[in-house]
Amino acid sequence: MSQLSTTAKRAGWRFASSLPALFGVLVFTFLLMRVLPGDPAVFFASGPSAGKEEIEMIRQQMGLDKPVPEQLVRYLGDIGSGNLGRSLTTGQPVLADLKSRLPASLELTFMALLIALLTAIPLGVAAALRQGSWIDHVVRFICALGVCVPTFVSGLLLIYAFYYLLGIAPDPTGRVDIFTSQPPLVTGFLLIDFAVAGDWEGWRAAASQLVLPAFTMALFVVAPLARITRAAMLASLGSDFVRTARSLGLPPRKVIVTYALRNALLPVLTIAGIVFSTMLGANVLVEKVFSWPGVASYALDALLASDYAPVQGFVLLMASIFVVVNLTVDVLYGIADPRVSVE
Amino acid sequence: MTMAEGGPLLAIEDLHVTFSTRRGLVEAVRGVSFSVAAGETLGVVGESGSGKSVTAFAVTRLLDASGRVSQGRIRFGGEDITKASSKQLRALHGAAISMIFQNPRGALNPIRTVGQQIADALSAHERISAGEGRARALDLLKAVLIRDPEQRLDAYPHELSGGMCQRVMIAMAIACAPKLLIADEPTTGLDVTTQKTVMDLLSKITAERGMAMILITHDLGLASRYCQRVCVMEQGKVVEEAQPLSLFSAPQHAYTRRLVAASPTATSTIADLAPETLSPHPEEAASAAVSKDAPAISESPGASFETRSSIAPQDEGSGETEKRKRPSGTPLLLEVQNLVKRYDRGVVAVNDVSFLIRAGESLGLVGESGSGKSTISRLVCRLIDASEGEILFDGQAIGTLPARDFHRSPLRKDIQIVFQDPTDSLNPRFNAFDCIAHPLRRLLGMKDGAALTARVSECAERAGLPSGLLERFPHQLSGGQKARVGIARAIACRPRLLILDEPTAALDVSVQAVILQLLDRLRREDDLALLFVSHDLNVVRMMCERTVVMQNGAIVEQGESLALFGAPQTDYARTLLEAVLHLGGPTAR
Amino acid sequence: MTSATLRHTVWILRGNPVTAIAAAGAFILCLLAIIGPWIVPFDPIASDVPNALQPPSAKYWAGTDQLGRDVFSRLIVAARLDLAIAASAVTLSFALGAVVGALCGYTGGRLDRYVGRFVDVLMAFPLFVLAMAMVAALGNRVENIVIATAIINLPFYIRFARAEVNVRRNAGWVEAARASGDSHVSVVLRFLLPNVLPAMAVQVSLNLGWAILNAAGLSFIGLGVSAPTPEWGIMVAEGARFISTGKWWLVAFPGLALMLTVLCFNLLGDGLRDILDPRMRT
Repeated sequence: MSQLSTTAKRAGWRFASSLPALFGVLVFTFLLMRVLPGDPAVFFASGPSAGKEEIEMIRQQMGLDKPVPEQLVRYLGDIGSGNLGRSLTTGQPVLADLKSRLPASLELTFMALLIALLTAIPLGVAAALRQGSWIDHVVRFICALGVCVPTFVSGLLLIYAFYYLLGIAPDPTGRVDIFTSQPPLVTGFLLIDFAVAGDWEGWRAAASQLVLPAFTMALFVVAPLARITRAAMLASLGSDFVRTARSLGLPPRKVIVTYALRNALLPVLTIAGIVFSTMLGANVLVEKVFSWPGVASYALDALLASDYAPVQGFVLLMASIFVVVNLTVDVLYGIADPRVSVE
Repeated sequence: MTMAEGGPLLAIEDLHVTFSTRRGLVEAVRGVSFSVAAGETLGVVGESGSGKSVTAFAVTRLLDASGRVSQGRIRFGGEDITKASSKQLRALHGAAISMIFQNPRGALNPIRTVGQQIADALSAHERISAGEGRARALDLLKAVLIRDPEQRLDAYPHELSGGMCQRVMIAMAIACAPKLLIADEPTTGLDVTTQKTVMDLLSKITAERGMAMILITHDLGLASRYCQRVCVMEQGKVVEEAQPLSLFSAPQHAYTRRLVAASPTATSTIADLAPETLSPHPEEAASAAVSKDAPAISESPGASFETRSSIAPQDEGSGETEKRKRPSGTPLLLEVQNLVKRYDRGVVAVNDVSFLIRAGESLGLVGESGSGKSTISRLVCRLIDASEGEILFDGQAIGTLPARDFHRSPLRKDIQIVFQDPTDSLNPRFNAFDCIAHPLRRLLGMKDGAALTARVSECAERAGLPSGLLERFPHQLSGGQKARVGIARAIACRPRLLILDEPTAALDVSVQAVILQLLDRLRREDDLALLFVSHDLNVVRMMCERTVVMQNGAIVEQGESLALFGAPQTDYARTLLEAVLHLGGPTAR
Repeated sequence: MTSATLRHTVWILRGNPVTAIAAAGAFILCLLAIIGPWIVPFDPIASDVPNALQPPSAKYWAGTDQLGRDVFSRLIVAARLDLAIAASAVTLSFALGAVVGALCGYTGGRLDRYVGRFVDVLMAFPLFVLAMAMVAALGNRVENIVIATAIINLPFYIRFARAEVNVRRNAGWVEAARASGDSHVSVVLRFLLPNVLPAMAVQVSLNLGWAILNAAGLSFIGLGVSAPTPEWGIMVAEGARFISTGKWWLVAFPGLALMLTVLCFNLLGDGLRDILDPRMRT
């Protein structure tokens, strides 16, 4: 009971203390928009062909003739009311575009995180339990190598191997192949939506499209996760309390799982949060390689087309997701580790 | 496990333990034999590196992966357990042999409640339900006399004090009624008063339950008070084994004699700690230490005994150690008035403290952890600023100059400090010469050259540091040698007030003895005033003419050391004094 | 002292062949970065369309690209640009981060809080996204890639230096220095920084690899370096178009170059830790 309220209090407190950072993010993107080459009014205009009058009107609408602090207030007001501007390339409001594309990115990222955790934790634990054995050496080799291979290279090489050479994987473009029709929209996560619709054919198609990009992204983060798992597990296996557990004759399973592993997972949790944010960044590369219709590729296309409103929206979105992820990690940590209490 | 009638409970025969390190195999235990009878309490005493803890871990086979029993046999209840399988060992652990460790908080799982951990210990050897486990955990907590046991059941280790954690550890260790309890430095790191209650509890429980105990400690006083028999270990060997009374009144082995002498007693003086008759000739020791291959402390267990190094021959201490009462006409050197130090969030570390030190006088500051004594040493040294109050040095108010700018004060060189942990107090990137030369360069503006070299060598020599060691870096020096560098640095500028912040707390007792003698001699030679901060009452009694007792940031009692230690006026001072252990067997008291 | 360090280095390298290989690799890379343009067999820019998309052969060790340019020559020439971007970015953030972080860690207080807030804001972005946004804002040029990479690395160095200084702030030897007449400034500069630098050197080496990946990633998505310039990220981006038709060498070799470079610096970083730690010295 008291633990629950402590956790809730802690979550609230952490959220409150992340507000200044979030405000900083807003100001930062605002400044970014002002520094961007060219005239912001032009970006928000209906199209590249917009006339002088229209731009002038937009300029007044946006308040670009007002002093900077007032502009900032207006900008914050716009963000608050969900007005992120309009994309030049798609002609849609940025918010709507982001909303429709976010599930694709999240599905990919979550799937990759799941694969990474399911691979890295057993590997790290095995390496720590048999320190110095062949499995330890293999894991350490993977860790050393894993952080060196750029995501975009491993993605392309996976395509070469599984699509070109072996022909197992489908054409690496998009979330489903052209022959499969989209399921009715429920969550936007295709695997879930297909399952809800009972369309297992479609589910398979979506899953087989997802496998390669998810593995590409997972490959990138398995190394740091396995490394920290191994180190944390070694530290807790060598700790005094594990020695105590052994000295009391506790069964090995209990010593390893209840005593060593549970403590070792605490640092893994922290790193998993950082890894998640790295993956959000890596989304840009992976989505480009696999033509994945997510928010990152949307922002990238816009960026290369000098269409800045989507970029701004994307940056804000990423920062907000990041805050939410950190908050989640924090709350989980608070539940897992009784030593952490409300500051 | 069947018990061989009449035989010892545990018998160790010619035990050797080897560790494989980067430098090859190192033998930490070299042929140890002893035995423990059922119900008996055996003390194993030795300084760091003596192999006493390694022996204990070898018995329970909980050595690090790099260590192994290379020779010898361990019999428990008549059965050879040297080659026991891990399954057999698991049946022994907790049910037949239990261990208690130093650093009790680290020894408990931080993310599991105390009740769960005790229940874990029970269910390791018995099939019990969760409810039963909880009920019996509660009984055990009651048995170890924890206050509010019902609430403690659901507490996590970080919510308990060090002493309470140790009680929980004891509860876990006795949960399955083992025949033998091995306590490895069970009270190290605890406050004196807590030490006493924990040890009293241990001896009560072992007596009640008929358990044998091996008490591993560096503290001769502790062993003498609680053990029926004591083994003294040095460099991986048992050098002497006897009953405490005869061991301490008539030690046979040279090492035991040195150790006994070095352990302060209720009446010993500084000179008693390391009588010259027991030490090798100083020149010999110095030359041995200078030789290039003299290893640093961590590399060889043998190097940790500092008794071999020099004590200046003129330091015969018969008359000097008597308490000299300074005539009240002696000028005041330091006057501390109503000192207060507050930290953020309203923590008051020092609360309205006033005391005086006369020129050449030595004042002891005693108290348990958290009493604010270290904060006072830093306040007086002008490393931090006081929140309120005044510090007068030689009649000048030195508290007015902020600590940030005090390095410019001409009085900076007059107040110097020696820190607790000799390792922590030396810059890892300076060699001993630079450490000592640094204040000379900064405060006296000395330039590199013959004069500086001569001055540094002189300081080193006065601190008993062979000049051959001046080129070495801290990690190449032993603990005692590092302490000497710290002292040489502090006296380099000829200060008038030397603050000693637990100067020997991190040192072995034989090293402590020579360092204390050194400090006492320097003080007399330079007519230094000392502010001696320590938790060790025996040491303060020997070193200081007057003593201040602190608790929770405030002064409880102060007065002449002789009077204060002879007849303390306050309850707290009395409790502190009663908790102090002195040599002599249990029968002696 | 210097010869002792040298001897110690040799001793460590002998006992640690992996570090020795990594050091040799890093040395060769730097050498290639300097002399690369003079030793390559083919012009890295000039196109030779009849020989386009040749697989690796005795003549073209790493094959040719869609314009018939020798991939191997382009790889070698690209080393200079890739290393230069990463090295200058890391130098910038290291110099700034170490000093600011050390000051924050030592003084605590208001400066520490303000810098902490700034770092929090920076860290609230996924770093690669932040770099993207900054390059977009500042202009699509190589020097802006350097600046963006430097800025996203900055929090990392500030935090590291801050933490390293903070744990030593109350060490006995720091207080002893103040008792010996050192001011706060001189304690930070003459005592704390020298003790923190070795650990930071390790971070620099590890970070260098990361910066290289980061810069290559930016040019892969089309930011910073532009088309004919040989650069590993761009080469992969150009090769990506042909991977579905099995022209693996266009991706594999630049990828290998990136991987080996990063591996070298990472292994070197691990090795440096052993060499610079005075406690490991005999």
